[in-house]
Amino acid sequence: MIRTIAARELRSLFLSPLAWSILGVVLFILAYLFLGQLDTYISYQARIAMMDNPPGVTEVIVAPLFSSATIILLLVIPLITMRLVSEERRARTLPLLLSAPVSMSEIILGKYLGILGFLGIMLGLITLMPLSLLMLGTLDFGLLASNLLGLGLMLGAFAAAGLFMSTLTAQPTVAAVTSFGLLLLLWIINWAGAGAGQSVLAYLSLQGHYEALLKGLFNSSDVVYYLLFILTFLVLSIRRLDADRLQH
Amino acid sequence: MENDILIKVEHLSRRYGNTLAVNRLNFEVKRGEVLGFLGPNGAGKSTTMLMLSGNLAPSSGAITINGIDLLEEPKAAKLALGFLPEQPPLYRELTVDEFLDYCARLNRIDKGKIAAAVDQAKQRCGLTAVSKRLINNLSKGYQQRVGIAQAIIHSPDVVILDEPTVGLDPIQIREIRQLIRDIGTEHSVILSTHILPEVQATCDRVQIIHNGELVLSDTIDGLTQRMQSSSLVVALRQPPALAELGAIAGISAVEPLEGGRLRLSHAPQLNPSERVVERAVAEGWGLYELTPERLSLEDVFVNITTTDTAADTTEEAAA
Repeated sequence: MIRTIAARELRSLFLSPLAWSILGVVLFILAYLFLGQLDTYISYQARIAMMDNPPGVTEVIVAPLFSSATIILLLVIPLITMRLVSEERRARTLPLLLSAPVSMSEIILGKYLGILGFLGIMLGLITLMPLSLLMLGTLDFGLLASNLLGLGLMLGAFAAAGLFMSTLTAQPTVAAVTSFGLLLLLWIINWAGAGAGQSVLAYLSLQGHYEALLKGLFNSSDVVYYLLFILTFLVLSIRRLDADRLQH
Repeated sequence: MENDILIKVEHLSRRYGNTLAVNRLNFEVKRGEVLGFLGPNGAGKSTTMLMLSGNLAPSSGAITINGIDLLEEPKAAKLALGFLPEQPPLYRELTVDEFLDYCARLNRIDKGKIAAAVDQAKQRCGLTAVSKRLINNLSKGYQQRVGIAQAIIHSPDVVILDEPTVGLDPIQIREIRQLIRDIGTEHSVILSTHILPEVQATCDRVQIIHNGELVLSDTIDGLTQRMQSSSLVVALRQPPALAELGAIAGISAVEPLEGGRLRLSHAPQLNPSERVVERAVAEGWGLYELTPERLSLEDVFVNITTTDTAADTTEEAAA
């Protein structure tokens, strides 16, 4: 049942020009950054080769690429998730799901998996860029895997937050703006002052957990952070959708 | 057999803030029955429909669909339920086939039977010719049909239709009414509408809801009884004095109308037509028209819903 809903969601995404244009724009910008990074690497290659402990090609090219990808996707994912529930509210198609024998959790999980499917495709296409370097040499696959894991978890977290924001409103644009605001806030929350709250805020920040993975440091607490983040927003979404039925 | 009651509603209430939209409704629908749900705007019809279909949780009360409690076991109860809301819930970017296929899956039809179920629903709603077209490009009438097809695709025991004939042309309306009667032979149908002839054409039983309360629940036959005449309109070439007519047994009042016609009011049980005809022949009044006046369903409806006191007296008259 979850699969059915997810498949419909993914299909509808690709039936609108939105998904295609987003894929096109994101990949174009990332390809540009990737080529720029590659140029830099080639021009410094001689000097890097003389260093005692030279940074590998993965470190110089792939990590910055994935780091920029997160920023760009932070801007873009709210545009994909905004329609998830709010569009159904606006077009009054929710009764179709609510009067069918499916539970609220199945509806939310289906929609979430549909978006994950789209993000998976995007992640796959992004990964093709570093993989193209295999034609010239070899890569540090451990570091690449850790980068991929980080980006994947980050996208999953973005999508969960966007989904929740979409359950709050019947206006897709409002959903996009609020989820962008929420994600940006969570991104920069550790910038605020020093003091007792600092460590909590630093823990809450999406960014901190990502940087370690970009360096290739796999710490299970980072992974748990993302999983908790996703779980929280999914549960909130289910509760919010269920609240529509109840008396206020 | 207890199973024959497919919908059972007990003490159903729903509040929106301080507004009581539906107030302790009680009713049952049997298998093979089409129930018409009437009421003026804002009477609580749509709220009741949304509660019956599981889209809204009632503030209090119980709904049993085919013996399964909708609130306790929503998934099992919803398997036996098909719902068409006021605005058909359609994904406009899909074709009719894709959409119905999705609905079939949502309603947990076995993989092997999906194609057959989609075909049957299309056939019943006259959609076979447009199966490959995008729902967005269909006319309002066809979209409405897709909405109905979606509600009956899993042949549910209970079909709930909220104003299903809105926006259809007269031929389509006739087809859809026929379709509703067909569905009604094997399943239970609840039909909400404010088109009164539709109720007479399709329903076995009628309920009128007003201000969230059930003010009338009757069979179509009972309703026809209520609509029976309590006056005659006659036209005479040589009319006698009004007092002479008024003296005929059973006539309570005589009222001159336009064009030389007269309205003769009488008590519902004592129809004086025969005596009027006899006298007219005997005395040479030249009777050339005699029509029993019928209350239309509209009149009954207006009577019941305009004032509560009027509703009470109608209830008493019926009792």
